[in-house]
Amino acid sequence: MKTMTRKTALAALAVAPVFGYLATRKTTETKPATRPIRREPFRAGYFPNVAMQTHEGKTVRFYDNLLKDKIVVINFFYSRCGGLCSPVARNLAQVQKLLGGRVGRDIFIYSISLDPGHDTPAVLREYARNRGIGPGWLLLTGRPEDVELLRRKLGFTDPDPVVDRDKSQHAGIVRYGNEALQRWAACPGEAKPEWIAKSILWMDWPKAMKKGA
Amino acid sequence: MFKLGLLTAAGYLVPKNGLSQVASGGLPVSPPTTPFVEMMPVPPIKETLDGLDPPPKVMPQAGEGRTRPHQALEMFPPVRFAEVHQREALHSFHPELPMQTIWGFDGMFPGPTHVCRYGEPYLVRNHNDLPEDNGGFGLPSVSTHLHNSHTPSESDGFPCDFFEHGQFYDQHYPNVLAGFSKQFPPNGDPREAMSTLWYHDHRVDFTAQNVYKGLAGFCLLFNEHDTGDESTGFRLPSGEYDVPMLFADKVFDPEGLAFFDLFNLDGIIGDKLTVNGKIQPFFPVHPRKYRLRLLNTGPSRFMQLALSDTRRPQQILPLMQISNDGNLLPRPVEVESIHLSVAERVDVIVDFSESAGRSFVLLNRMEQINGRAPTSRIMPVGASDAVMRFDVVLPPVADSPPLPEHFYDLPPTNANSPEVVARRLFRLDRLQGQWTVNGRIFDCETALVTPREGTAEIWTIQNTSNAWQHPVHIHFEEHQILTRNGQRPSVVERARKDVTRLGFGETIELFIRFRDFLGRYPAHCHNVVHEDHAMMMRFDIVP
Repeated sequence: MKTMTRKTALAALAVAPVFGYLATRKTTETKPATRPIRREPFRAGYFPNVAMQTHEGKTVRFYDNLLKDKIVVINFFYSRCGGLCSPVARNLAQVQKLLGGRVGRDIFIYSISLDPGHDTPAVLREYARNRGIGPGWLLLTGRPEDVELLRRKLGFTDPDPVVDRDKSQHAGIVRYGNEALQRWAACPGEAKPEWIAKSILWMDWPKAMKKGA
Repeated sequence: MFKLGLLTAAGYLVPKNGLSQVASGGLPVSPPTTPFVEMMPVPPIKETLDGLDPPPKVMPQAGEGRTRPHQALEMFPPVRFAEVHQREALHSFHPELPMQTIWGFDGMFPGPTHVCRYGEPYLVRNHNDLPEDNGGFGLPSVSTHLHNSHTPSESDGFPCDFFEHGQFYDQHYPNVLAGFSKQFPPNGDPREAMSTLWYHDHRVDFTAQNVYKGLAGFCLLFNEHDTGDESTGFRLPSGEYDVPMLFADKVFDPEGLAFFDLFNLDGIIGDKLTVNGKIQPFFPVHPRKYRLRLLNTGPSRFMQLALSDTRRPQQILPLMQISNDGNLLPRPVEVESIHLSVAERVDVIVDFSESAGRSFVLLNRMEQINGRAPTSRIMPVGASDAVMRFDVVLPPVADSPPLPEHFYDLPPTNANSPEVVARRLFRLDRLQGQWTVNGRIFDCETALVTPREGTAEIWTIQNTSNAWQHPVHIHFEEHQILTRNGQRPSVVERARKDVTRLGFGETIELFIRFRDFLGRYPAHCHNVVHEDHAMMMRFDIVP
């Protein structure tokens, strides 16, 4: 009965603005002030500040040390992945060259191991040495539950539980973003390295915010 | 009745539906909003100009983002022009939510409606005035596609032909029928006429974000039959009785600001349905016939729409479907519901003439709980999502004449005709989380296939998955479905289309022509989240 009363009231409301029929559009013409970027809810939703170990043996916090104020490139891999992860790793090595001195300055590449039990910092150090991984590109490992949390939060998942359990299925996507601008996207890791590098630069600072400019 | 009232009064679509994905990730669930408190706006008609300063040129000009010459500017010199500015503006989705920043063509969501006529070439100077320092979703780099006009490649809005903040792009729309150059000179095949088109951002990898931010609008194309005047030609309802309706589903954060899940690659389902930029609006109508042009802009939702009497919800008002993807059918078909995948358009004639004083809720009956695909369930009327409400409260006025019995014949699709020179198979697949077509990843620079201009082909498209569905859009000419899983499709689906839904494990065989213009075009999944993650291929029409 209450519902009916409410509906009746709404019907009355509906009739009222009939004579305004022609004035159907109201979008303000004034240019709005740029909305301050609200980083906190975004960080809380997507970026758990878990502890990770780098292949260089350092302990870092995922958000505080790796993401905050940076342009970043994130992918998942594991050292025993073999041929399946190689094309992406080779591409990222090319990307690192193409981005030149910016990698390690304001652009950082993070490859997170999906096999943290095996991929200790020492194993990752060896992997990095064999592949010529340079400064500004970190291989990361951590507690299995933290890696799993990151994988889920960052959307490296598959709806099919069988596919989702297969680690190799998460090794194909490369995410890139600018944490300060909250600008994020992704591309296939097997895209051409020139394309991946170009995509990462879409995240670049607007002129006004350019570092060192 | 009771159930319907209860659900809509709660302000959610259906509380148990559509929310699990965002809720499970700790992501926002929209604040409640009261349904039917604001009138549905109708986007204004875009004003046209007699010329531009500087005038358009064949070669790209200073400040223009175009990289290739216009191939048909001199053949079809524009007689009407428009200047559009893509920019930031404030918008209200609902009086109970805050004013917020959107991006819009001319600062509006939906953008203004372009009204065009066959035989009147049109040129739009499209400015990118979006803010360079945008925070959050959306990239101020754009490529505008007119879906699905017969447009030369350089004006089609190819995803990789994007232009940047501060640049403009002259887009030339010849408004000519397909087949004008060889098969049906000089004016083209009259059976290829299109009616309801829409334009939207198509920027590679950022289409979902940019369209979600508001970069979409309608374009209506008239001719000597579908005239835009109900006293002439097919005499379809016109003027204020011809109403474009753009659906977009969205999620709002706890502060009521539109939220885009940037870390979701599966597809995005909003828990609020908007129509022409308003959440669950109402629309007062006269007791007469209306032409409603229905468009689903996604990002990922499949809809099944029906009109239900608010007092007798089980009573579904029949609809006369007159088009399929904006193309008039051979004849009107009476239906009880309309299926719309992302980017599909359907025009319906609704007759409110016997319904003075009554109200009808437009229901979405398709259950969908994530961005991958709908479930197979059609929800009962009482548990469906209320999209908006029509109130037949305006005074009686003259009605448009009865519908004609016939519109346009379908162009022939004879697989044995000599014009068919190739058969191709496209398998939509997934590899290590990446979408592939025939095992290949999308590349801006490389065409997967190169059909010859002036020929036709038969394409077989396969969805290899039982977990995902894909509305596949092929740019340029309209296609016709020959078979769906080996069966002849329904009379409506057999008609000309430009978006074809591929359900679980389905195989579609279609007939498509490539006439008149040359260059690169894409074909892609129009679940725009899939599209942005490379579920796309490039084809080049070659001489």
